[in-house]
Amino acid sequence: MSTEQIEGSLGVAKAVALCHPGVVCAYPISPQTHIVENLGKFVKGGALKNCDYLNVESEFAAISVSIGSSAGGLRTYTATASQGLLFMTEGIYNASGLGLPIVMTVASRAIGGPINIWNDHSDSLSQRDSGWLQLFCESNQDALDTHIMAFKIAETVGLPVMVCMDGFVLTHAFERLELPTQEQVDAFLPEYEPREYLTPKDPVSLGSMVGPEAFTEVRFLQQRKMAKAVHVIESVTEEYRKITGHHSGGLLDCYKCDDADIKLIIMGSTVGTAKDEVDRMRKAGIKVGIISLKAFRPFPYEALRKAIGDTKLVVCVERAFSFGGRGIICPEVKRAMEGTSCEVKTAIAGLGGRAIFGTTINGIVKAALDGKFKDEMTWFDIDSRVLNSYTKDGEGVTFPEGPLSDSQLKASVN
Amino acid sequence: MLEKIKFYQTGSNTVGNRLLNPSMRAIQASVDRPNGLTSGHRACQGCGEALGARYAIDAAMRATGGQIMVVNATGCLEVFSTPYPESAWRLPWMHSLFGNAAAVGSGLAAAAQIRAQKAGETSVPRVIAQGGDGGTTDIGMGCLSGMFDRNDDVLYICYDNQAYMNTGVQRSSATPPSARTATTMPIGEKPGADWGKGKDVPLIAMAHGIPYVATATVADLRDLEAKVTKAMSFHGARYIQILVPCPLGWGLASNVTVTAARLAIETGFYPIFEAEYGKVTSVRKIRQKQPVTNFLKIQRRYAHLLKKNADPNTVARLQAMCDQNIRDFGLLEGTDPVAVPAAIQAYERAETI
Amino acid sequence: MLKKSFAVTLDPATSLENHTGSWRTNRPVNVFKLPPCNKQCPAGENIQQWLYYAAEGDYETAWRLLTEENPLPACMGRVCYHTCEGKCNRGFLDESVGINSVERFLGDYALEHKLAFKRPTRDTGKKVLIIGAGPAGLSAAYHLRRFGHTVHIVEQAKEAGGMMRYGIPVYRLPRNVLDAEIKRITDMGVTIETGRKIEDIEGEKKKGGYDAVILGLGATISSNVDIPRGDTNHILNALKVLGQIETTGDIKVARRVAVYGGGNTAVDVARSLRRFGAEPIIVYRRNRDKMRASAEEMDAALAEGVQVKWLSTITGAEKDKLKIEKMALDANGYPQPTGEFEELPADAVVLALGQNVDTAAIDKVQGLKFEKDALVVDETTLETTVKGIFAAGDCATRDRTVTHAIGMGKNAARAVNAYLKGSVYKKMPKHEDAKFEDMHPWYYSDAPKTVRPELEVARRTSTFDEVQHGLTEENAIFEARRCLSCGNCMECDNCYGVCPDNAIVKLGPGKGYEFNYDYCKGCGVCAQECPCGHIKMVPEKI
Repeated sequence: MSTEQIEGSLGVAKAVALCHPGVVCAYPISPQTHIVENLGKFVKGGALKNCDYLNVESEFAAISVSIGSSAGGLRTYTATASQGLLFMTEGIYNASGLGLPIVMTVASRAIGGPINIWNDHSDSLSQRDSGWLQLFCESNQDALDTHIMAFKIAETVGLPVMVCMDGFVLTHAFERLELPTQEQVDAFLPEYEPREYLTPKDPVSLGSMVGPEAFTEVRFLQQRKMAKAVHVIESVTEEYRKITGHHSGGLLDCYKCDDADIKLIIMGSTVGTAKDEVDRMRKAGIKVGIISLKAFRPFPYEALRKAIGDTKLVVCVERAFSFGGRGIICPEVKRAMEGTSCEVKTAIAGLGGRAIFGTTINGIVKAALDGKFKDEMTWFDIDSRVLNSYTKDGEGVTFPEGPLSDSQLKASVN
Repeated sequence: MLEKIKFYQTGSNTVGNRLLNPSMRAIQASVDRPNGLTSGHRACQGCGEALGARYAIDAAMRATGGQIMVVNATGCLEVFSTPYPESAWRLPWMHSLFGNAAAVGSGLAAAAQIRAQKAGETSVPRVIAQGGDGGTTDIGMGCLSGMFDRNDDVLYICYDNQAYMNTGVQRSSATPPSARTATTMPIGEKPGADWGKGKDVPLIAMAHGIPYVATATVADLRDLEAKVTKAMSFHGARYIQILVPCPLGWGLASNVTVTAARLAIETGFYPIFEAEYGKVTSVRKIRQKQPVTNFLKIQRRYAHLLKKNADPNTVARLQAMCDQNIRDFGLLEGTDPVAVPAAIQAYERAETI
Repeated sequence: MLKKSFAVTLDPATSLENHTGSWRTNRPVNVFKLPPCNKQCPAGENIQQWLYYAAEGDYETAWRLLTEENPLPACMGRVCYHTCEGKCNRGFLDESVGINSVERFLGDYALEHKLAFKRPTRDTGKKVLIIGAGPAGLSAAYHLRRFGHTVHIVEQAKEAGGMMRYGIPVYRLPRNVLDAEIKRITDMGVTIETGRKIEDIEGEKKKGGYDAVILGLGATISSNVDIPRGDTNHILNALKVLGQIETTGDIKVARRVAVYGGGNTAVDVARSLRRFGAEPIIVYRRNRDKMRASAEEMDAALAEGVQVKWLSTITGAEKDKLKIEKMALDANGYPQPTGEFEELPADAVVLALGQNVDTAAIDKVQGLKFEKDALVVDETTLETTVKGIFAAGDCATRDRTVTHAIGMGKNAARAVNAYLKGSVYKKMPKHEDAKFEDMHPWYYSDAPKTVRPELEVARRTSTFDEVQHGLTEENAIFEARRCLSCGNCMECDNCYGVCPDNAIVKLGPGKGYEFNYDYCKGCGVCAQECPCGHIKMVPEKI
């Protein structure tokens, strides 16, 4: 075990290298670039042996090369973000449909237009229904460890895994990171034995055309893999934690939840900020806990219901939403809590790189406890001056300062 | 004495020819040919692509001792060969998407290389990526160019039937001028596909400076097999474009697939050549030169050109296009290709201005 | 074993479960067509088949196939007028295949390698008498012997061969070749008795205990025409001239000889006389177009210095000149006198106006009908109007060529064989014609005809050395390989190769191909791309 003060991207690159992928293929897009640059360096310099690094012409090619190498029986890694992820989309769905255990980092970043290179979750969550496992990381240590676990989970389940880590906030942050040794990783993650791959020794046809007579069944079996994945994530996490002593991964993680009156559900790096604020609020006597949602797909309904327990108020801090709909995490939580009297709300914050500070978290908690979240969804961190500078002159509409509820938004168009 | 006679009735024009030494016969003549694409597939009657694919894949299998893996773009070939629950392939084969066969091929080739390296095996399975003209010259162009750029060890085979046949015969960038497709109907002032549009992917491939580029057709099997065999003797990116007439899309009787391809060669409509590292190295000469009308008249996609009230200039222009190919590629005996042949579209564009 | 994904991953070649043959509305079938050469050959040779083996260099098989029909290939390779070549489909491409020259090569090959006919495995005990050891008689004898019958030929001349010996000059057919091919027939057990003329056919049949008789009499009597003449001008007939050359090896007629006639015999006479130093001139009442003689023979004659007087009839002969009337062809191509006369210097005239059969013995047989200049015979069986007596060759046809005689001999032998078994010979129905339009000529390699080497002209006017030389082996194979194999499989593998559905099974060398109707979708590409038109698409019964 070695501890280094390094950039998150380098940490992830080193973790991936410890897993000995056979092919790394990516196309440059911020904020994912540092990861693959480092991997490229390892391959070029000979530190990472028996690995091919392919510079390709697009993310579509990157996912396609990954599909090829994974179908060819190699442990395969790629990384992307934002527009790149969308450009991959066709291949994303294909890779899961073919059951290829590719591991991909999504250095989460907003989707344009308008073009924006900063962090939110609109890219990864746009792939909610792609059939990939989606694991969110709250810290660089978590990210580093989750990548190692991701290969094992993917290969055990037979589905690809997206490791979602917040762009810049994590990827470009320098932290003290503890890397497991090669021996530890080797013990945890054996040489890749593909469940099916292309070889002249056993010539199968992969990727057939399936019609109405079996398509539903194919989908059912894919969903079954997802159900299996819930258990696999748990067992793999347990195993990894035992070997490394790192408290990483898992379906979700609870922070000071035991007697909480209100629980925040957060994905990604915001959890770190929120923890500090929770500590402060706890000191002030506010009983607030955090559920760090690690696995968004498969969604851990059971674990979440247990984690929420009999808490009556839950706020999802969401860094993406569904246009014309509402939050993306919230409805899942509601499903988990169906039949209970638990109130579940969405606070939209941190879009396109707008920082979520401790004060933001504090505000959300207080507003919730004060019963200010009347609607399911509230635009919590919104700047009315910026809005009004546009709507006042154009439409004669002005918004009040502070969070805007869904009903306020709707009222403004009447 | 028998060896002394170099004349063999049909020579190498036919598939086999019992008079030839077995080593000189086409691979398709052998009783134990690989049949990489076997019976029971659902291609239309007289499908040129089914024929071209078996020809090419079998030749590649022979050249590598069966060490071939195939990546197939979406399209007729993929659909008719692998509808669940039956596959017509005898070799490792995969289908991912419409536009990514070349890139998947790159990944697969890398995987084969690394797996062999790790296992200490000297024999590395080789990869063929293949698709129709739409999957190649249009939607797959980016991945194809990228594969060329990296000089990945992939042979890309384009089965060119000059339109999107699988989706119902729409125009592709490989559709020749004046041809009828579902999106270039033979109506209006300029019936059929526009002149001055399209691209010449073999020349584009050559411009990448890749080791090997060739064109072929299903009408000259020996030539096709020799090219695939030669392609497999190179490492790096290679491109072969095979003209595979489509009875449905071209409006051919199902029995004239091969004859149509032959006419495409013999009229100069489709220049057959090979190039190494960006330079033309050989040209398949026209054996019995024919006017382009002989090629046009068997196809309903050109029927509008031969109607009574059709503009005779269009056929004349198509003939001029063939003549241009004949000159540029030196298709007649005793002539040489020009150093850098221009895409035939250059002729069209210059002519339309 | 891999853990295969459900539905997405398929096992190889599982499509074989899907029998696409059910799509078919037309099915390909192999058809065996009658090539134009075979159709044309008066001897009924299966030319295409023996060329097939010759092309492979398997000369013995080729020769054995050839001699299934014709026992005299070395002779025929020299004297047959090879009308087959005129019908050859290759003529549409470049030039017809040199069938005759390959036949000669095979004949010579067999002589050189002393190939013998197989003796019959069993004797039937039936006896057949053949009168005349010309081509018809020899052919009939050969075929009857193959059936296992006992055959005895009686020939009036000193030696066997008939008109091949006494009508065809040595420079066209060297006698050692003729002798060797006749011997091969007698080696099978056929007996030939020469120098005896049968006067009483029925008596001979009864006395010898023969079960059947074949009359193979030649047209041994030259036709005559009355030409008013002065005493001194020599008028001879063609067969006498040719016969004398054959028996004495010499003849002295005159320097300037007019040969009267336009058939092959006229040309033979003129060319023979030329070799004895004469200056022959053929006088013919029509023009070259209408001439019956073989064009090749005529070309050779002209090359050797034989002269011709076209559109002329001889109306009188004097000591050293002939009176000639000029003719003109009418609308139907018949020569009509013009009333214009001229003189032609000539010391002698040889009449070559046709030959007739000596009917002395025939006339004595009661019920044997002879009309015009041939016996009346059944078209199929060649049986005469008298039961058990059959006829072949010159005495039974107007087509008086060696090849016809050989064909008729075979036909008669088959009919006699049926007769001896108590049945009636029926001809096999013929296959449909192999037409050039049904073929795919693109596939054939370009190859001009091989020119047979010939004796130089200077020597041809002084010796009776054979004019036409044989092909070298190399040229013979080349020529055989020019054959298009019209309407019959030549195993080019095209069908096997071009089937998009792998629905053709290749059975191996010499065995051809089979359609796998389980998968054949009936697209017809095989039929279209078959070079020789061996595949036909027929509607499927639905």
